[in-house]
Amino acid sequence: MFRQKEDEKSVTTPSGIEVPVVVFPEMLEGSPLGQPGEAPFTRGVFPNGYRGRLWTIRQYSGFGSAEESNQRYRFLLEQGQTGLSVALDLPTQCGYDPDDPMAIAEAGKVGVSLSNLAEMEILFADIDLAAISTSFTINGAAAMIFAMYVAAADKAGIPRTALTGTIQNDILKEYVARGTWIFPVKPSMRLIADSILFANKETPRFNPISIAGAHVRDAGCTAVEEIGYTLVNGLAYVDELLRRGGEVDSFAKRLSFFFYVHMDLFEEAAKFRAARRIWARIMSERYGAKDPRSLLFRFGVVCGGSSLTAAQPLNNIVRVGIENLAAVLGGAQSIFTCAYDEAFQIPTEQSAEIAVRTQQIIAHESGVANTVDPLGGSYYVEYLTDRMEAEILAVMQEIDDYGGVVKAIEEGYIQMRLAQRAKERKEKIDSGERVVVGVNRYRHEDEKAQLGEVFRLDLGNRRRILEKYQATRDRRDNDAAMATLRRLGVAAQTDDENLMPYLIDCCHQYVTVGEMVAELKSHWGEFQEPALIA
Amino acid sequence: MSLQGKRILIAKPGLDGHDVGAKIITLALRDHGADVIYTGLRKSPDYIARTAVDEDVDAIGLSVLSGSHQEMLVATLEQLKAMDADDIKVFIGGTIPPDDHAALIAAGVTDIFTSEMNLQDTIARLAEALA
Repeated sequence: MFRQKEDEKSVTTPSGIEVPVVVFPEMLEGSPLGQPGEAPFTRGVFPNGYRGRLWTIRQYSGFGSAEESNQRYRFLLEQGQTGLSVALDLPTQCGYDPDDPMAIAEAGKVGVSLSNLAEMEILFADIDLAAISTSFTINGAAAMIFAMYVAAADKAGIPRTALTGTIQNDILKEYVARGTWIFPVKPSMRLIADSILFANKETPRFNPISIAGAHVRDAGCTAVEEIGYTLVNGLAYVDELLRRGGEVDSFAKRLSFFFYVHMDLFEEAAKFRAARRIWARIMSERYGAKDPRSLLFRFGVVCGGSSLTAAQPLNNIVRVGIENLAAVLGGAQSIFTCAYDEAFQIPTEQSAEIAVRTQQIIAHESGVANTVDPLGGSYYVEYLTDRMEAEILAVMQEIDDYGGVVKAIEEGYIQMRLAQRAKERKEKIDSGERVVVGVNRYRHEDEKAQLGEVFRLDLGNRRRILEKYQATRDRRDNDAAMATLRRLGVAAQTDDENLMPYLIDCCHQYVTVGEMVAELKSHWGEFQEPALIA
Repeated sequence: MSLQGKRILIAKPGLDGHDVGAKIITLALRDHGADVIYTGLRKSPDYIARTAVDEDVDAIGLSVLSGSHQEMLVATLEQLKAMDADDIKVFIGGTIPPDDHAALIAAGVTDIFTSEMNLQDTIARLAEALA
C-alpha cells in the first residue's frame, strides 16, 4: 500500500487541505452523493447536466465608446458567443459622469462610458435585446444601470418580461475587494433589495444579482474563503429581502453566483460541489424554501484573473484551458475565459478569439460535457468535497461569531484578512514555495515583455465621450429631467419605498448616472473606508 | 534593511479599486518598521499631497493600475510643489508598462515598482532611496 514517508513534507491544496498520497474509500465521510438535479446537489443542479444545455460562453468585453463596444459585440456574436457581457468604465461604476473632476483621466478607459440612456441606445444598436442575454458588471450604481436597461427595452418596444441577463449588483464584496462602493452599507442594501423585488415582478427572466466571490479570491483569499465569504454575503441579501417582505420562494430562484477558477484542478471542481450542498441545505432548512428551484446554486465563473502572468504570456492559454476544465467539471452555468494577454492589456481580437475557442474545444472536442459530473465517485474528489464543505462552514461560522458580515465589513475585519492573505500569497511566490512557471521557475532571465499585438485606445475617445455627453444634456427636456430627479430624492427619504420605478423614470428623461447618484448621496452620504489595522 | 522611523503614505489616486498591491506593501513596510498610512481608495492628488504634508511623511507610494500613472504622478508632484513639500519622495507601483518608465522618471518619480517584483527587492530599493 502507498504511504507517505515519515520524513516527507505534507502536501496541501492551496486552501491548506491535506492531500493524501492515495485516497481510499474508507477515508470518505459517507456524505450522500445523490442524483444530479436532486438534493444534496453534489452532482449538479440539472439532471441532464450539459447534455440538456451547454454552459453559456460569455466574454467580458467593452471599451472606449458605446459605438466601438457595439462593434465588438457584433463581432463576438458572429463568432458564436451566446451572451453579451458589458464592461463599464470606472466613472460609470463609481457613479461619476465623464465631466466630473474625479473622472477626468478615466472616462472610457477600462470599459464603456454609460452615463445615460442615449449611450445605451448606441451600445445595443442592431442587437435585439429580447434575443440576447446581457450581463453588466456593475455594483455601486447597479440599480441605475438596470433601470437604464429596462428603459432601453421600453423605448425599443420590447416587453420587460422578455429581458434576460444579469447585473452583478453585489455591493458587500465591493467594500472588501473590488472598490466600486458609493453609498454606506444600509442604503446600498436597500437599493439591492429594491432591484431584486422589482425584477421578481417586472423582469422575471432577468437575474437581478450575481453574488460574487471572484474579487475576494483575486484579492488574496483561498478557494475555501472565497466560497465562505460569498455564501455569507448571499445570506445577508436573503435576510434583507425577507425583512422587506419578500417571499423566499419568489426571489431565491433568481439568485446566482460568480467565482474565479484558479489552477488547482480538483480543489476548484470540489469547491463548487461543496457550495451546492451548503446552499441547498441552508435555503431549505434555515429559510424553509419549498420551491425546488430556490435550492439551486447556479453560478458563472471567470477563468484567469490573478493566476495569469505577464511573463511568458502564451503560457496563460494553457492555464485558462485547465481552469476552464475545472469549471466544467464543477458544473458551471456560464464561463468567461480570460484572454492570454489580459494580465497586461485589453485583449486583442486574436487573443479574445483564442479565449472563446478554448471553451469550444472543451465543449465539442474533449468529451467532458457528454456525461453529468464525470468526477462523481472519485475517491479524491469526494474526499476534497467533504473536506471543503467542512472548512467553508467554519469560515461562515467565523463571520457569524464576529457579529455578522456587515459588522465585519464596517470594522475592516474582512479587509485586513484579505490583505494578510494577499501578502502570504506574494511571499510564497517570491520564495518559490508556490511555483508559478515562467515567473519563479523556468523563467527567461533576459525576458523582455512579450507583448505582441497591442490594442491601443483611440486618443480622441475621451473628447468624443464628453461631447456626446454634453450634447445629450443639451438636447433633453431639462425641466422634465429635473422633475424626475426630485421625485427620486423624495422617495429616497422614505424608509423602503421601492426606488426602481423612480430610477427608470429618470433614465427615460436622460437623467445621468452621475445626477442620480449625486441626488442619492445628498440624502444618504458615502461609505467611509475603515483604516487598514490588524 | 530597516525602515524604522520612516513615515510613508501609501495612496490610491483615481478610481481604480485594485488595492491588493497597496495593501500588501502597507503590511510589508510595517513589518520592516515603517509607520505606514494607507489612504484608502479614490483619493485626489490634492488630497494625497495634503495628507502627506499633514502627516509629515518621508515618502508617498502611489498605487495605480488603471493606466493613468503618468497623469496621477504629475498631478501629485505639482500639488507637492505648490505646498512647498517637494522634498517628499514619490514612488509609483502597479501595472506600469516598461515603455512608460522613462517618462515617469523624467517627471520626477524616485522609483517604479511593478507587481511581479520580489517584495524584498522592492523594500530594499525603497529603504536605500530613503536612507
